[in-house]
Amino acid sequence: MAKSANVTDRSRALVIRETRSAYLFLLPSLIFFVGFVIIPMVLCVYTSFFDSTMGKDAKDVFIGFSNYAELWRDPIFIRSLKNTIIIVVVSVPTVCVFSLWVASVVYNLKGPVLSTFRCIFYLPVVTGSVAVAVVWKWMFNNYYGIFNYVGKSIGILDKNINWLGDERFALGCIILILFTTSVGQPIVLYISALGNVDTTLVEAAEVDGANKMQLFWKIKWPLIMPTTLYILVITTINSFQCFALIQLLTSGGPNHSTDTVMYYIYYSAFKLYRYGYANSMGVILAIFIAVLSAVQFKLAKEK
Amino acid sequence: MDSGIKRISPYKVFSMILLVILALLFAFPLYWIVTGAFKTRAAINATTPDWFPQEWVLDNFKTLFSRQMAPLWELGVPFSSHFTKDGNPIIFTAGPVVPAAIRWLVNTVFMTVMAMILTCITASMAGYVLAKKRFRGKTLLFSLIVCAMALPKQVILIPLIREMSALSLYNTLWAIIFPTVGWPFGVFLMKQFSEGIPGEMLEAARIDGASELKTFTKIVVPMVKPGIGALAIFTFINCWNDYFLQLIMLSSTNKLSIALGIAKLQAENSIDYGLIMAGGTLAAVPIIVVFLVFQKYFTQGITMGAVKG
Repeated sequence: MAKSANVTDRSRALVIRETRSAYLFLLPSLIFFVGFVIIPMVLCVYTSFFDSTMGKDAKDVFIGFSNYAELWRDPIFIRSLKNTIIIVVVSVPTVCVFSLWVASVVYNLKGPVLSTFRCIFYLPVVTGSVAVAVVWKWMFNNYYGIFNYVGKSIGILDKNINWLGDERFALGCIILILFTTSVGQPIVLYISALGNVDTTLVEAAEVDGANKMQLFWKIKWPLIMPTTLYILVITTINSFQCFALIQLLTSGGPNHSTDTVMYYIYYSAFKLYRYGYANSMGVILAIFIAVLSAVQFKLAKEK
Repeated sequence: MDSGIKRISPYKVFSMILLVILALLFAFPLYWIVTGAFKTRAAINATTPDWFPQEWVLDNFKTLFSRQMAPLWELGVPFSSHFTKDGNPIIFTAGPVVPAAIRWLVNTVFMTVMAMILTCITASMAGYVLAKKRFRGKTLLFSLIVCAMALPKQVILIPLIREMSALSLYNTLWAIIFPTVGWPFGVFLMKQFSEGIPGEMLEAARIDGASELKTFTKIVVPMVKPGIGALAIFTFINCWNDYFLQLIMLSSTNKLSIALGIAKLQAENSIDYGLIMAGGTLAAVPIIVVFLVFQKYFTQGITMGAVKG
């Protein structure tokens, strides 16, 4: 009796000691994580229930769900939500399919060739959104841009198009640029996933007479499913957050045709100084992303 | 791969050609930035594009460097802005006056390197503990980290401004560094790498009487070195390019990052493309060089971060 009590005592002491030393190791990281991620996150939800407008009285006024109610009556918010959804719906599948195709062509090439291709497709990500945005702005320019020049020389266009200033094209242009900066990471991931596919499985299937299509869909596709899932989630999150390109290239215009939720959050907070309203949009955006990620997980699990 | 001779199918030839064309298209914007920086104004504004600069000039860089000036560095007393009348911090020392663009580069390097070092230290400690220790609250903490990672980073930035103002860190480089360090991806990545440490080695160290800190520095750190390398380069590139955070946190000319500086330049001179490309070159080339040098670690980091625990 006494002995066993002694043992549990000792193991409890051990657990306490372990816990204490573990938290000492976690402490530096926790300070930053709690201080600059968790607290703002809580504050974001909290302020979304207030009328918190800078320049008015310093005090925030509690208004319950009014900010949320106003969102659904705000035509600009609805427009920006629509644009965001268009961006997500177009870019997520194209990014996935394109990067899988590129990866499947290059993954069994020789080392240096492979890493050259990998680098090139990753370059737009590394270059940074500002440098990318300014060069595309030039390329899309009405008078000096190469898009109009090339379009006219090969006969697709008969007169200059003001790509970013035209409601019909602006969002498409943004999606194109976003596409070039989004495929880098998925390609790297797919290359490594395809490289990790067990060759004995592939050989066994070949011996059994499977053709290329069967080989891909029956053997490789299920094995790279976790990667596909991850890519779906990160591309969705990235597309939802499309901001820098909008702010630098079109500022949401012309006529709100390129407003995205992220840009409208920025606009409400830093141009209209309506923090509470902006935060309620942030909460809605977070919920959207969370739900979509969960649905993607669920669908992928079922398959 | 291992079969000696391969049959080359028409599909393969076709897809290789297509791939090479696409690769050229992907590299083109970067080529256009760098060559644009060295073109004459006439070549920039020509309606027929100058595919390769016929005349290389430094005019654009000269204009860029003569626009605004700033001290190379300024070391202030922390939190001193609380105690001065005008709310400006008290400055210890300031460097020689240089073009503002150079100062922006210095700022950017400082904040990325600082964020990198802090992230590597804190994340490797936390990742090790989360992977190898059993303690109360571990599951809760880990799920909190995973949830926070899935949320869009930008939604927390507005409350973050108020927090930074309250801490009087607004418009300082620390306002960029701290949130970057707090972002939990690093902890997650280091946990993935730490899973690979054999438990027997840690046990052996414990039996030998090594302290926790010694075990960490002498056994854990050497074993997760590739992870630290990956995290370092990852943090570096992310911090360098985190435009939104820089945009809302930094405002005065002396405090800008290079990306933000170029964005402001563009807003002020939207049609002088030569000047803007010179700025773009300054912003993009250093980070691309860093990426090319360390790309092995980088690829590894991206891949490890994706393997869900």
